[in-house]
Parts: sequence; structure tokens; C-alpha cells
Amino acid sequence: MSVDFNANIPIYVQVMNDIQRKIVKGTYRPNDKIESVRDLAIQYGVNPNTIQRALQELEREGLLRSERTTGRFICDDPERIQLCRKNLAAQFAEEYLRNVNSIGMTAEEGMDLLKEASRNRRKE
Amino acid sequence: METHDLIQTQQLTKMYGSHQALSNVSLSIQPGKIIGLLGPNGSGKTTLIKILNGLLREYSGSVLVDDHPIGAYTKSIISYLPDENYFSDWMKAKDALNIFADLYDDFDIAKAMKLMKRLNLKPEMKIKTMSKGMKEKFQLVLVMSREAKIYILDEPIGGVDPAARELILDIILNNYSENSTVILSTHLITDIEKIFDEVIFLKDGEIVMHRNAEELRAETGKSIDETFREVFRC
Repeated sequence: MSVDFNANIPIYVQVMNDIQRKIVKGTYRPNDKIESVRDLAIQYGVNPNTIQRALQELEREGLLRSERTTGRFICDDPERIQLCRKNLAAQFAEEYLRNVNSIGMTAEEGMDLLKEASRNRRKE
Repeated sequence: METHDLIQTQQLTKMYGSHQALSNVSLSIQPGKIIGLLGPNGSGKTTLIKILNGLLREYSGSVLVDDHPIGAYTKSIISYLPDENYFSDWMKAKDALNIFADLYDDFDIAKAMKLMKRLNLKPEMKIKTMSKGMKEKFQLVLVMSREAKIYILDEPIGGVDPAARELILDIILNNYSENSTVILSTHLITDIEKIFDEVIFLKDGEIVMHRNAEELRAETGKSIDETFREVFRC
């Protein structure tokens, strides 16, 4: 499977993250049915209870909805998906700033670098 | 959903002469779990497994499997992969399949054939001529093709290369049923810790830890493998 788990962090959190990314990237489309717990367990190579937990948390966050007999489906609320996208991006931002700080730079300097990098990309 | 203990031991102690192989082991194991039984060589893993399988009868303390004392019933619901080879030299893979089909009502020979095909094992192969890794795969095929309540796999991945390990995990995940429990003993934790619900650390015959794997990771910020190394640092 493509996901390289970091064994220091609970696996279910990493599965959640991966599914969130697939939702915001559109790999999973709104109203798509997500695979069964067992299929996901095999796909990710992890324990089915771990998948169960990840799906339950995603349901609680409103990114999945479960229909009692037919399974779990991807949420079709664009605002909810946009919020998820923002949360993921906020995590990246947080991580970036932490990295920048850890090598002795201020957040402001880090932001200047970001702007510069963005300008350079646009030129390409 | 069942909530009773599938395996329960109380104060289980096993002596070899004056050596204590197991010391006051009290365990509760529920259905529907994949459990890592972890410890270095000589920590008592195989002793515990042999007691559960009825291969060692002299011990003190109590053991219940699915509410039954060890006996014909408990043997019928446990599918056991021993850490040693138990086939005779003359046997071909297909002979072992037939023996399993005779011995166990819950053995699904069609499933076994399918798994063998996937693993590139041929029914006409002599078991004697298989490599260590091939034998391990073949034994795993046999035990996972039973519809058991409990699967006990003693060091199932020692002899196979890392690529085959993934495949073996895949087969375990694919073939145990949701209400059955898998107990897997190993000292190679890195490659397989992501499939565990719970881990049990055995050290010198005692349980030093029995925890939910995810909780342990969240609490320590470390992998099970790292925690293991800390507990067993020499």
C-alpha cells in the first residue's frame, strides 16, 4: 500500500488524514461509497478495528455519513469539504512554521520566504 | 456482539525444573482482536502458546478457552501454527492438505488451494525441498484456511523476506473472521506492528505490559517497536 505509516503516531489518525486528503483532492467524490472496513484494512495493511475507528471519527467530523444498511458515503456538503481542506492546509502551515522556527528563523522571515517562493513558482 | 473473554488465564505458572518459564500470568483476551505476543527468545511466548494448545499439561493456575478447560473442544477451535516444522519428509503439499481436511471439519481446501496459487506454491511440491520461507508460507496457508475462533501463530514471519511479510500480513487480514482472534508471537515488530489491536510484552515469563497498541502510541509518542526496545534493553 502507498501509505508509509509513521509508527510513532496512532495509525488511525494517519488513516483519517489520508482519507481526508483523498476527499479534498477529489479522489473520493461527494456521495461516493467508501470501501468496506475489511477492504480498507487490507488496502492499508492495518487492523480492521483501526479502520473502524478512523471511519467513526470521520463520521463524527461530518466527512462521512453512514446509512444503516448500505454503508458509508462521502459527504456532499461543499462547505464541509472546504473546511476540511482549510484544516489540512493549516496543519501544513503549522508544520512549516515549526520547521522554520527550529532552524532559528522568525515566523515573519518564514512568511517572506513563502511569498518569494510563491512569486518564483508563478514565473515558471 | 460478544464481550466474554475468549481466553482467560489466571495465575498461570509453569516450571521447568527450578526454572520458571511462566510466572503468574493472568490474561484476558477478547474476540475480534489481533494481538501481538512480544518478547525476546526465552521469554515464555512458546510455553504460553503450547499450554493454550494443550501441548503442555503440567502447570499451575487456570486456563479457560471459550469458557472451556483445555481439551478436545478447545483444540477444535484453535488453529495453531507452531514455530517448528511438523511435516514428515515424504509428504507433498497436497498430502498435507488432505491430512488437514481429514483432521479439521472447518478446513477449507478450496481456499487453501487458492492461497497456494497466490503464493506460488504447487501441490506437487515435496515439503522437504521447500525453502524455509516457502514452508512458513505453506504452514500459514494451512492454518489460515481453517474457520477457527482462535488463530495462534508462533513466529510466522521469521524466515520470509520483507516483501513476503507484507503478503503474509495481507493473508492474515484477509482470512480471519471478524469474531475470531489472532495471537501472533514475534520478535520482529517493526514490520507488523500496524496490524495489532493489542500488544502483550512477556519478559522472563511475566507479563510486563498488556495494552491497546494505538493508546500506547498516543501515550508514548513512540512506536511499539521503540517501546519494546526500551522495556527489553539489556
